[in-house]
Amino acid sequence: MSIGGQENAPPFVTAGSTNPQPTEVVRRRRWRRPQPQLNWIEKGLFLILLAGLSVLFLYPFEWLFAAAFKTHGEVFDNAFLPHHWAWNYTGPNLPQPHTQYLFNVAPVGHWLWNSLWISFLGAGLVTISSAFVAFSFAYFRFPLRNVMFAILLATMMLPGEVTMIPVYLLWNHIGKFTMAHSWLPHIGTGTQYPLWVPNMFASAFYVFLLRQFFLGIPRDYFEAARIDGDGYFSMFRRIALPLAKPALIVCFIFEVQAKWFDLQTPLIYLQQAGLSSFTVPLGLKLLVDKYNLAGGSIPEYQLIVAGTLLLVLPMVLLFAFFQKYFIRGIATQGAKG
Amino acid sequence: MTSVTASSTTAPGPSRARRWLSGFREKETWTAYLFIFPWIFGFLVLTLGPMVFSAYYSFTNYGVEQVAGIEKTKTIGLHNYKQLFHDPYVGTALKNTFEYGLMMVPARIIFALVLALILMRVGERTGGFFRTIFYIPHITPPVAIGVLVLTLFNGPYGLVNKALRLIHVTGPYWTTSPNWIKPTIAIMDIWACGGTMVILLAALYGVPRHLYEAASMDGASKVRQFFNVTLPMISPALFFCFIILTLAALNQFTVAYTAFFNSGNASTTNSAALFYAIYLFQQAFRYFNLGFASAMAWLLFAISMVITGINIFATKRFVFYQGDAKK
Repeated sequence: MSIGGQENAPPFVTAGSTNPQPTEVVRRRRWRRPQPQLNWIEKGLFLILLAGLSVLFLYPFEWLFAAAFKTHGEVFDNAFLPHHWAWNYTGPNLPQPHTQYLFNVAPVGHWLWNSLWISFLGAGLVTISSAFVAFSFAYFRFPLRNVMFAILLATMMLPGEVTMIPVYLLWNHIGKFTMAHSWLPHIGTGTQYPLWVPNMFASAFYVFLLRQFFLGIPRDYFEAARIDGDGYFSMFRRIALPLAKPALIVCFIFEVQAKWFDLQTPLIYLQQAGLSSFTVPLGLKLLVDKYNLAGGSIPEYQLIVAGTLLLVLPMVLLFAFFQKYFIRGIATQGAKG
Repeated sequence: MTSVTASSTTAPGPSRARRWLSGFREKETWTAYLFIFPWIFGFLVLTLGPMVFSAYYSFTNYGVEQVAGIEKTKTIGLHNYKQLFHDPYVGTALKNTFEYGLMMVPARIIFALVLALILMRVGERTGGFFRTIFYIPHITPPVAIGVLVLTLFNGPYGLVNKALRLIHVTGPYWTTSPNWIKPTIAIMDIWACGGTMVILLAALYGVPRHLYEAASMDGASKVRQFFNVTLPMISPALFFCFIILTLAALNQFTVAYTAFFNSGNASTTNSAALFYAIYLFQQAFRYFNLGFASAMAWLLFAISMVITGINIFATKRFVFYQGDAKK
């Protein structure tokens, strides 16, 4: 993988209309190159095949959606639409064996809000801090730059498990310290800080992605801004950031997705904390443990499925709005080969 | 991998060391360090420091008494590393993880490649539409995939076995019979192959058209064109997917943990679904054998490095970088 040594390569994230690079034109043309003509029989067969595969790919979502609105006994009837539509989210709060409702059995509203703000705050922080670091690597020349960039690339290969335990112990120490000093807010294990504070310190993958993008911006733009009397910071804010907007959005939604997916970090840090500080994945894991067949109480699969829908739906919405950034971001990953 | 180009111009003048040092006198240098500071701080506090401590803990008996400060930490030499070979669950976990990786990685790459090739054939507009559809499963959170494993693949009631009954096949008890747990997770991974597919599709679009024209002029068949033009040209992307997916397989945690491990009950171990990352997590945060878990983490690091090393070595022979031809 020749990740380094590509100072002059075109940016991997093609920047849409804002990219001043001439290479953009070449890339577009290559993407649109004429396709081999298929006759209509071939094309029809391919379409039938693709349509069939699409059903296979999308049916689990349909199943999930339908099952979330089925009654207690009908979750596993696998009907395309519920025979009896049921609203499993809110209702009268009565003990089992009465019908259970999701928002009664757990503070699901808190979970959604926690996941939402942690995802967005964490993603915003990591995008901004990574942009600073990436700009520094791309624009400035300073001693130890290449050594530090090599180290940054190397850290991408390190499995998270290696640093997981000492970082946990560090948070544990911080927690003890803040508990001992009553004038400090409680920060540490058992609070939500460990979920987003590390995002303030940039992430190697996003730094790499954004650096490639900044390298694609002609240096003349920055020189012109310098002549106009801009300082380094306002140059970064007025030239680099606006031009890199597509890449920044890619970083942002990737991190939102990563935070929304994460189960392990909340498991480590929030296990001892109160239920209302959970995130959606951790809360859903709790529901699975409690209400599946092996959970000890009466299984309530409709609650598990209804909760799963709440976990899946925000991602589907995010994808619907930022579809092209998802796909463009993924496609550019391969280009770094 | 780390061949970073030297950027400074080498004009004759003062010695290298002096020029290097004089860099620290410039305002630009200090601004650069200010910009880069978040990463330097994060690297020292959240990566390098923890690595040193993790290496140290792996040679100690660090455990729950030591965290609580009841007993002193003792260095116990290589005991934790020897224990890796004696603990039967480490072997089970490694075997499970490798079996799963050997199923998931090739299956996902081949399936994604076939999809990408079909999407290439049907033209850009239709292909773009279906590309979006095939990508959607990739945005399913792993915990939700875990729930889908439990429900869709349920033995007597699940949708999958119901569908199989339609074609008169009796499906296995996917989530309870030990032999079928790993294939079930691998099937869900194939379902979520959209990311791999998009990477490969972008690579396919990058293959210059004239190469196919030249090949067909030389009388190469479609199959021959695929193996002699397409595959070499997209080999960097294939190689990239291979490394990323291998590392993902080694770190498989969330799907299996959601579906098969009860977090409330520490004694529940499902040895057919015990992946390495899960066992490591249990050792660290259920039993607080932090020294032993650190040793496990370093073994995982060593395995990742060996696999990546073999990959890079193999790359030199099989992967063709387009840029290389010009040099």
